[in-house]
Amino acid sequence: MNMPAPVSELAWRRVCAVGDIPVLGARTLEHPEHGAIALFRNADDEVFALLDRCPHKGGPLSAGIVHGRSVTCPLHNWRIRLEDGEAVEPDSGCARRFDARVDDGQVFVRL
Amino acid sequence: MRKQKLVLVGNGMAGVKTLEELLRYAPDRYEITVFGAEPHGNYNRILLSPVLAGEMGLADIMLNDLAWYAEHGITLHAGRKVVGIDRVRRRVLADDGTEAGYDRLLLATGSRPFVLPVPGADLPGVLAYRDIADTEAMIEAAGTYRHAVVVGAGLLGLEAANGLRLRGMDVTVVHLADWIMERQLDRPAAELLQASLEARGLRFVLGAQTVALEAGADGRVAALRLKDGRTLPAELVVMAAGIRPDTELAESAHLLCERGIVVDDTMQTVTDPRIYAVGECVSHRGVSYGLVAPLFEQARVCANHLAGFGIGRYEGSVTSTKLKVTGVDVFSAGDFGGGDGCDEIVLHDRAGGVYRKIVLREDRLVGAVMVGDTADGAWYFQLLREGRDVSAMRDHLMFGQSFAQSHLGDAGHQGQNHAAGLPDEAEVCGCNGVCKGTIVQAIQEKGLFTLDDVRKHTKASSSCGSCTGLVEQLLASTVGGAFQAVDKHAKPVCACTDHTHAEVRQAIRERRLLNIPDTMRALDWKTPNGCATCRPALNYYLISTWPHEAVDDPQSRFVNERAHANIQKDGTYSVVPRMWGGVTTPQELRAIADVAEKYAIPTVKVTGGARIDLLGAKKADLPLIWHDLGKAGMVSGHAYGKSLRTVKTCVGAEHCRFGTQRSMDMGIKLEKMLFGMWSPHKVKLAVSGCPRNCAESGIKDVGVIGVDSGYELYIAGNGGIKTEVAQFLCKVTTDEEVLEYAGAFLQLYREEGWYLERTCHYVERVGIEHVRRHVLEDDANRRALYERLLFALRDAPDPWAQQGARPELRAQFEPLEA
Repeated sequence: MNMPAPVSELAWRRVCAVGDIPVLGARTLEHPEHGAIALFRNADDEVFALLDRCPHKGGPLSAGIVHGRSVTCPLHNWRIRLEDGEAVEPDSGCARRFDARVDDGQVFVRL
Repeated sequence: MRKQKLVLVGNGMAGVKTLEELLRYAPDRYEITVFGAEPHGNYNRILLSPVLAGEMGLADIMLNDLAWYAEHGITLHAGRKVVGIDRVRRRVLADDGTEAGYDRLLLATGSRPFVLPVPGADLPGVLAYRDIADTEAMIEAAGTYRHAVVVGAGLLGLEAANGLRLRGMDVTVVHLADWIMERQLDRPAAELLQASLEARGLRFVLGAQTVALEAGADGRVAALRLKDGRTLPAELVVMAAGIRPDTELAESAHLLCERGIVVDDTMQTVTDPRIYAVGECVSHRGVSYGLVAPLFEQARVCANHLAGFGIGRYEGSVTSTKLKVTGVDVFSAGDFGGGDGCDEIVLHDRAGGVYRKIVLREDRLVGAVMVGDTADGAWYFQLLREGRDVSAMRDHLMFGQSFAQSHLGDAGHQGQNHAAGLPDEAEVCGCNGVCKGTIVQAIQEKGLFTLDDVRKHTKASSSCGSCTGLVEQLLASTVGGAFQAVDKHAKPVCACTDHTHAEVRQAIRERRLLNIPDTMRALDWKTPNGCATCRPALNYYLISTWPHEAVDDPQSRFVNERAHANIQKDGTYSVVPRMWGGVTTPQELRAIADVAEKYAIPTVKVTGGARIDLLGAKKADLPLIWHDLGKAGMVSGHAYGKSLRTVKTCVGAEHCRFGTQRSMDMGIKLEKMLFGMWSPHKVKLAVSGCPRNCAESGIKDVGVIGVDSGYELYIAGNGGIKTEVAQFLCKVTTDEEVLEYAGAFLQLYREEGWYLERTCHYVERVGIEHVRRHVLEDDANRRALYERLLFALRDAPDPWAQQGARPELRAQFEPLEA
């Protein structure tokens, strides 16, 4: 298992404006270490960040349909909760999540 | 908000099912207390018969163990019977003095067995057959005594008799009517069943009235006396002469009871709006149900109202029964008696032990009885519930589903269509690799009752759906009467709504709804913005009903229709430029080759639709690839959409020495006309230049076959999961007529097909006659359909050019930089 990096090494980084992510949609962020990270925006303008890999078969969650606080993977319709990356029962698995917040219309992710 | 108090009286299947549904809808709304007279959690009462027969243990039939109640914060008073309701103070009182207050009260007191009012009915050794305690007493008696008499040859009586016989007792079944299961079977069926039960060692005394039970020297019952004077030795008597709704508690609280507790369509008692009732104790529109499937429907509606959604209605159920005696298959549904205005079709093979009768009224199936081979029961029951016109398949109806419509045994499971005969290791779902044993085990261990449950837990039947019939059979044979085949047309679009596809589409048309949020508001959607099932459906219904007006929401389309390319297993995409009629040029081929090299496309493949697929394109490259292809004059092939795919052609009269019509030309005309057509599901066409049919027109949504004097049009063929030969629609003479007739049919499908319903399923549902009436017989209607299609397709844009030109659309392909 990967050890979580010490908190002190993580920093909030501005990645885009909220308006750059479509409502009920997603954008991806290329990260040199993690690979693609999906940023989701729901109807309430909440923004969530998950590793862009479905825990089932690695499908790109950023291409899924966003609804409520979840996203449905485009490959085999697993539902993943955006707050914690957990698959909705009876499926089980977890996509890695990253802290994300919106401040003054700007999206920050802790990386 | 203070949690409201909900008290459930009756810890059985109907009541607890209501709680389960309620917890799903509104997990935090109530503080829940449950009273149950039995000292257990909730168990599957239907499976008491296999327990009695020694095929299952008590542990196997528990649905909700005590931990479940704790986990959901439910207070369970097991083994305490509620004896009074104080409706003024809103409290219930149990026999041990326990009290509980309620804001809402749910009665699910079930039924009690009808005990014959004969002398001796209260002797030791006389039992009913209702619960675990009865079952245990019967098992115990079977270990000690020899002679058992079961009074009543209904479903329950026969299952009890069979179980006792398997436990070594000498069993006689006494029955008042002239044949067994007379409420479910006609006489020939009953006699066949009786013969097969007699072969298992049961004895029957029919047309016999019990007048007394007599005690032996030890005070226990020893014999049963009949009206004609005969006596039968009996150290165990099981009363299975019917059940009565248990309304004692409700009546004591002055709730209106007419045989059962009277409820309305929301499962609320008509007397007290704070009190609901579900299950066998209920009388709904004058009917009390004793089978589990209707009770589950009631539970769902009741939970919906308790949760405060207030939209579901229970409108009664058509029921079917199945006898759970291993090795003896009996199925009965609907009005099997026939009578005036009914036609009966009967197959009776006495020696082979097979009887099958179906009853038709006005070309609709109204009843079915089967003994011996009941594999088609679920199918008949579905036809019955749907009330579908079966005149077109009447000739084959008798021989079952696989013969009448080759619906089962589709691709992917070795042509099997009888689940019961499969070994446990047989693969049922070829998409997800799920074996029969896995499905049966999940059904039993997780207490599954519906197709959706099985799909969620095992993934079987959740991909292409071709094994749906087999999975339904497994459900039917594993849970017996608890399984109710879902009428898929009456089914809500998804869990976000109670509305069916038909209702949604009607609302969009009649209330002129133009976008998804308005539609969800107008139809009281239960979720804030739907899900991946309903949003694409709504989007299609909106844009097909109000072309050029409704909002086409990209976020409500599946990724393929957003990215205008087909997502692959590794997250790359495939790009298919359109080749009109499968005809291309050196210049186009050169442009494709250049693109393949420039963007390092790993695989270039010729598709079945006669065009070229560039597989493995990176998402970020898509707009660039489109740009390059567009420069060579190519547009999107829509190989990714619920839309027009290809028009496949043979070379036709242009080159072929046999060709009678210019099929390439005709194909190109059709494809240009239909470019950009969104539809319920994908649509494929073909045009052949002569009856040799090299373009395979016989398995296309619309197939055109040139003949010397014109064209034959075929519709609703399918080459996929379910190979379906297209049906002849008509013959026309000119190219313009081909466009008009084909266009009119496709428009009819676009207006009436449910989302994700292929033309073959659509035509199967509405009937080819319906299509003929709208497209052939009514010229004005055909022209109107055709014009609506042309209007919808007017100025259809090339999505590739459109995406490239608009930065806000292009942004989705470009990753952000950290």
